[in-house]
Amino acid sequence: MHAHAAHHPALQHQFQTMSQQKESAVLGMWAFLLTEVLFFGGLFMAYMLYRTWYHDAFVLASTSITIFWGLLNTVVLIGSSLTMALAVRSAQINQRKATVMWLIATMVLGTVFLGVKVIEYADKFEHHHVPGPEYAFIEPGHEPIFELGPHGRELLERNSAESLNRTTQIFFSLYFTMTGLHALHMIIGIGLMCVITWMAWKGRFSSEYYTPVEMSGLYWHFVDIVWIFLFPLLYLIDRS
Amino acid sequence: MGDWKPAGMHLTDHKTVGLQYALTASGFLLLGFLLMLLMRWQLAWPTSPLPSAMAVAVGQDNAPSGFMLPEFYNQLVAMHGSVMIFLAVVPLLTGAFGNYLVPLQIGTRDMAFPRLNAVSYWIYLAAGLLMLCSFFVTGGAANSGWTSYPPLAVLATRGQDYWLVGIIMLGVSSMLNSLNVIATVLQLRAPGLTLMRLPFFVWSQLVAALLLLLAFPSLQAAAIFQLMDRLAGTSFFLPSGLVVSGVALQGPSGGGNPLLWQHLFWFLGHPEVYVLVLPAIGIVSEVIATNTRRPLWGYRAMVGSVLFIGIMSMVVWAHHMFLTGMGTTLGTFFQITTMIISVPSVVLITSLMLSLWGGSIRFTTPMLFALAFLPMFGLGGLSGLPLGLAASDVALHDTWYVVGHFHFLVAPGTLFAIFAGIYHWFPKVTGRTLYRGLGVVHFWGSFIAMTAIFLPMFTLGLRGVNRRLYDAGLEYTHAQGTLSIQGHMTWAAVALGLLQLPFLVNLLISARRGTLAGDNPWHATTLEWQTASPPQPGNFAVTPQVDRGPYDYSLPGHPRDYVAQGERE
Repeated sequence: MHAHAAHHPALQHQFQTMSQQKESAVLGMWAFLLTEVLFFGGLFMAYMLYRTWYHDAFVLASTSITIFWGLLNTVVLIGSSLTMALAVRSAQINQRKATVMWLIATMVLGTVFLGVKVIEYADKFEHHHVPGPEYAFIEPGHEPIFELGPHGRELLERNSAESLNRTTQIFFSLYFTMTGLHALHMIIGIGLMCVITWMAWKGRFSSEYYTPVEMSGLYWHFVDIVWIFLFPLLYLIDRS
Repeated sequence: MGDWKPAGMHLTDHKTVGLQYALTASGFLLLGFLLMLLMRWQLAWPTSPLPSAMAVAVGQDNAPSGFMLPEFYNQLVAMHGSVMIFLAVVPLLTGAFGNYLVPLQIGTRDMAFPRLNAVSYWIYLAAGLLMLCSFFVTGGAANSGWTSYPPLAVLATRGQDYWLVGIIMLGVSSMLNSLNVIATVLQLRAPGLTLMRLPFFVWSQLVAALLLLLAFPSLQAAAIFQLMDRLAGTSFFLPSGLVVSGVALQGPSGGGNPLLWQHLFWFLGHPEVYVLVLPAIGIVSEVIATNTRRPLWGYRAMVGSVLFIGIMSMVVWAHHMFLTGMGTTLGTFFQITTMIISVPSVVLITSLMLSLWGGSIRFTTPMLFALAFLPMFGLGGLSGLPLGLAASDVALHDTWYVVGHFHFLVAPGTLFAIFAGIYHWFPKVTGRTLYRGLGVVHFWGSFIAMTAIFLPMFTLGLRGVNRRLYDAGLEYTHAQGTLSIQGHMTWAAVALGLLQLPFLVNLLISARRGTLAGDNPWHATTLEWQTASPPQPGNFAVTPQVDRGPYDYSLPGHPRDYVAQGERE
């Protein structure tokens, strides 16, 4: 360590310079995000397969989801990406209090997103749209509990209730797995940000060293982008 | 164990993490071997009770009065494969050799993210122990093969949940290790050490890390789906209308597709095969260059090939699935890619063979293992060609032929490379050399025993004997002539176990009493030999400066027959 005594206190012993340390962190983070892309890729692969197989069920099940909550969450999440970017910017220009404030704003927006998700999940449980023995999407002879356009009605008529109750479960299985894993990523992100906020409050970051803030930002934007794909795939495509 | 752990060595030091990986993975290797002995005993004498010691170890529940239950045999099959691949061989190659050697060979003080590196080890250890715990839960360990195909795996006993959680954790562990290797190799190389001056071992580690990084997530996604199917009542992999033991399956809604698992699994599974192979070739390359006193023949072609293999290995996975009735178009695509990927593999082996040409070969113990690696690995590779073509694969796929094929690649192939690596770098790690006499006994014993175990598998397979039969095919006419061969293979396996004793004794004694090695006992060129043995924390007293390639052996006009990579003119 003695050789680096004159260097920045955040410089770890395996690096020669701060810029080398930062570039390594950025590379490592992007490599991590690459694995995340492939992880969600596996989930999207399943979505693609079953959407092709069970087109009618996916259209109907998608129609049953309330757009409003999804849209609200999209706005909230994009807003949180903005506050996150502002947090990175503040750290970069040595504004300690602003950094802390923008990080807190990001965490609040993230929590709002999760709160909305809780409302949506509760709604699914209430209407028995959760896969399992209690599941019921269409009761034979009853009107569906959600509004349908003429094309949706056509789809409803050309499939038996029994088959729809089986195949829409696949949609909701994907819905819960994908949004659940996305929410898990957000919870991890908020946990991460608690630590970063505390570090920022303690004045650990400056224009010379703000890598942790920037890395958290990359992660947060990635989680945001996953939602940007999930929202249209689950809520929007082919609603009828 | 001697003085291999200098004072002040930290838990996050890459050498500590490497040794932790090495010891843990060796323990798992031994365990995988013992599971195999149980299987072999059952195959050799399916109608007799197990010897009393084995019967006691296995327990009354799994072997009433010493007769092994088929359900327990299935657990052995699944766990032998999972332990050997996920917990023993891959962690040895990447976690142990990769962690210990990559920073040394590129002349840096540590990995880029030492803490993540340590975390990677502890997650691996926890995942391994979790998988093993499953032997003690109701219904025993996972029993659906290391591939865990649904619907079987979804309907299997509790142990499968442990397996799935273990796999998800191993994915995290290998991800942390891989991005560490990538960032370290790309960012922390010593001044002057350009990419084309990297030792070939580092290249092989880099490509293996990329493969693990890209391939493992899809299995993690699949494992989460399977876990949901088992615990949350979804039907991602359960088709409609399943009938189990004559009774229609109640509960799951059905409508899922079991093939989706196979695709997601083999998207990891095939690159994983190259993770088993490429670092092994990397080790063998270092040993061959050092012991022939020549530069590797065709270094550039080898680097190109290893990169090409890395890319191609992502698009060959469905050749494991010809039996699923995929269409001929898809089948043709995967047959062509499979034939293409065999070309760079042959380039690698040929380059290593040609590296021997005209060299002044030193038959050291690591060199013996490296030399045996070439034909044995070649046999494993060549026997894979008929499996890469759908027409012959349909006949061979469910037979012992496949078992012979991949064991030739992994046992006398990869495992021999690991042995070569241990003999080669033991002096660096401990400061002392392993005895040659015991090493030679270990080599010839293992070589003969492994051949005796695995070569007959091709015969069994070509005669159509199915793999996975717990009684070795006792009830089938066509298997009758092969039953006695199973006995010979089992005795060879016992011999293989006994012949590891000289190796163990050698390791234990040499670590304390072996001849002091000095910094560079093999007169090798690469950077890890230009620091103390064992290297101090921080690895190098002065950061090396590099202005030459990795293998400057026998340069004309030099007094010595090598010029070390960090040496200045």
